[in-house]
Amino acid sequence: MTAAPLIEARALTREFVLRRSWLPGRAQMLRAVDRVDLAVHKGETLGLVGESGSGKSTLGRCLTRLLETTDGAVVFDGQDVTHLGARGLRPFRQAVQMIFQDPSSSLNPRRRVGDILSEPLAVHGIRSPRDIPVRLRELMDLVGLPASALDRFPHEFSGGQRQRIGIARALAMEPRLIVADEPVSALDVSVQAQVVNLFADLRERLSLTYLFIAHDLGVVRQVSTRVAIMYLGSIVETGETDTVFDAPAHPYTEALLSAIPVPVADPAARRRRILLKGEIPNAANPPSGCKFVTRCPYAQDLCRAQRPALRPLVDGRLVACHFPRAGTAA
Amino acid sequence: MSPLLDVRNLRVTFATDGGPVTAVHDVSFAVQPGEVLAIVGESGSGKSVSLLSVLGLVDRRRTTVEGQATFRGEPLLGLPERALRRIRGRDIALISQDPMTALTPVHRIGAQIAEQIRAHERVGRSKARDRAVALLRDVNIPMPERAVDRYPHELSGGMRQRAVIAMALSCNPALLVADEPTTALDTTVQAQVLDLLRRLSAEHGSSVVLITHDMGVVAEMATRVAVMYAGRIVETGTVAEVFDDPWHPYTWGLLDSIPPLTGPRPRRLPSIAGMPPPPGRTEPGCPFAPRCRAAMPVCLRPPPEQVAGGHRALCVLDAPARAALRPPRVAA
Repeated sequence: MTAAPLIEARALTREFVLRRSWLPGRAQMLRAVDRVDLAVHKGETLGLVGESGSGKSTLGRCLTRLLETTDGAVVFDGQDVTHLGARGLRPFRQAVQMIFQDPSSSLNPRRRVGDILSEPLAVHGIRSPRDIPVRLRELMDLVGLPASALDRFPHEFSGGQRQRIGIARALAMEPRLIVADEPVSALDVSVQAQVVNLFADLRERLSLTYLFIAHDLGVVRQVSTRVAIMYLGSIVETGETDTVFDAPAHPYTEALLSAIPVPVADPAARRRRILLKGEIPNAANPPSGCKFVTRCPYAQDLCRAQRPALRPLVDGRLVACHFPRAGTAA
Repeated sequence: MSPLLDVRNLRVTFATDGGPVTAVHDVSFAVQPGEVLAIVGESGSGKSVSLLSVLGLVDRRRTTVEGQATFRGEPLLGLPERALRRIRGRDIALISQDPMTALTPVHRIGAQIAEQIRAHERVGRSKARDRAVALLRDVNIPMPERAVDRYPHELSGGMRQRAVIAMALSCNPALLVADEPTTALDTTVQAQVLDLLRRLSAEHGSSVVLITHDMGVVAEMATRVAVMYAGRIVETGTVAEVFDDPWHPYTWGLLDSIPPLTGPRPRRLPSIAGMPPPPGRTEPGCPFAPRCRAAMPVCLRPPPEQVAGGHRALCVLDAPARAALRPPRVAA
C-alpha cells in the first residue's frame, strides 16, 4: 500500500447495552463492532460490505464520530480523534462528511436547497458571504443539477435528485473523506447507475477518499478499489476488489457472492450456488470459535475451538479463516 | 392449454385530488398452468397495481378498473367482495414484500395459519394445527412444533416471510402472486427463500406471478417475463428471448445498468438518462421516448408492436434497426 491511511480504526469496539443491571458485569451487552482494525488510504474507495446486523453502519458511524467508540481508537490523518471534544473536533467535522441512504432525513423540508447548502458554508466560514452564490452554482454543476434547483424545496425532487442534493451538501464542506452509508440502495437501477457514476466522477475531479458502505456487491465492485467484508462485527476478508471478487478466500464471501441472482438466462453462466444454513446468529450471543462456524459448509473442529485472526495471504489480502478457499498457492 | 389467469386490455385509473391518473394502460398478459411469469419494472411502473387491481385489492371507491380478467375462464372483474374473498386465499394466494401485512402481531403464527385453513376448508382445530406444523416444517422453519406457538415479532424477517409462504400455500392455491417477496431480505436469506419458492411451487404445481424490480431474480425464477414502464408492458417473451436478445431500448437500459459481478469493470456504468414520466402523463407517443437513445420523430406517435412468436415489444425499432443500435453482446 503506497498511500498513507487517511482514517483508521484501531481495535475499534462498539457495544450497546441490551439490558441494564445493578450488578457490575451482569448487564447484557451486544458487541456490534468487535476489535476491528481497518484503514482507508488517501485516494481510494474502500467498499465495506455486510448483511444487516454485520456492524458495517455502526463502524461507519464510529469512524465519523456520530457514535462514541466503546474501546479502541479512531485515527484521522495521524491524529487520534477518538476522545476529542466538540471544539477540537471542528476541523474533523469539516473534513469528514457522511451521506445517508435516505437524503430526505438530512434535508430540512421547509428550506430551499440554496439555503440548505449555504448554511454550512457560512457557519464553518468556508466561503465569505460574497462568494457563496458562485460556490452554490459550482456545487449544483458538480452533482449534475441545474442552478434553478437552488430555489426549490427538497420535496420537489425525485429520489435520485435528492441524493444529488445530499451529495452537494456533503461537498459544500470541501471534505477529504466521504463516508457513504447505502447511498444508492433506495434508488431504482437506472437511476442508481447515474449516481454510482457520479461518485466515480467526483472522486477523480476532487481527489476524494470514500468509505462506501453497502450490501449490494455489484455496486461495491463497481465503485471500490478495495473491499472489506464484515460478518457479526468482524472483518472476515479484505483486499483488492478484483482479488476478492475473482476468487473469494473466506467461505462467507464465497457464499455471499454465489447467492446473488445473476441477470443471465443461461444457468451455466452462473456461479455454483452455496446455500447457507440458517441465518446470522444473534450478535448478543455469537458462537464461540469462528463466528461463521454455525453456517459454514466447511467447518471443522479447529473452527469451533479457536477464533481465526485476520491474517495475510500470499496475494496480499487478509482473511480470518483457518481454511481459506483461495489465495494460498504462490 | 387455456390460461389460468388471463388479463386483457387492463386499464386502471385512480381518482386523485389533482384529477384522474391512469396508472395502468392497456395491459394484457396470461399465466399458463405451472409457469412462473415475472413482471419486472421500477417503482411506479404499475407492476403491482396491475395484479392487485385484478384481485380486487385496490380501494374500490377511488379506482376504476377496466378491461377483462378471467381466472379458470370465470370473470374476476366486477365480482362482489364476498365471491372474491372465496377465491383469494384458496385459489389465488398473495405474498407481499412486508410479511407483517399478512400477519397480525397479536396472534401466534400457528393460530393464524390454522385460521386461514379453516376459513376455506371444513377442518377441526387440532387437525388445522397439525397442518400448520407440517407447513412450517415444509418451509424449513427450525423446530416447527415450537415455532407454531411463537408470535411474529419473535421471528426474524426471513422466518416471518417463510411463515407467510406457509400460510399462502396452506390451501394449495393454483396461483401464487408474489409481490417483491425477497426485497426486504438479506442476500443469503433471499437465496434461501427463492429456493424455497421454486421448490414448493413445483411440488404443488402452482403457477406464480412474481413481481420484482430485480432482473437477477427474474432470470433465476421465471419462465416468462413482462417488462413494464410507465404503466405499459413494453416487452414480453421467454426469459431466454428477453435476456439474450432484448428488443426494447428500456430493457437494454435495465440490463446494462446492472453492475456486473464478473469480467471487466466498465469505467462508467451505462445508465438511462433522466427519469420516468409522472403518472398523470397523457401524451400519445412512446412513454420512454424522452429517455431513449434511439428516439426518432416517429416516436411521438403511439409505438407499433414488434412480434415474433411469443416475443413482443412496443417499439418502432425492427430487427435490422436494433442490430445496428445494439450489437448482440458476447457472453462474458
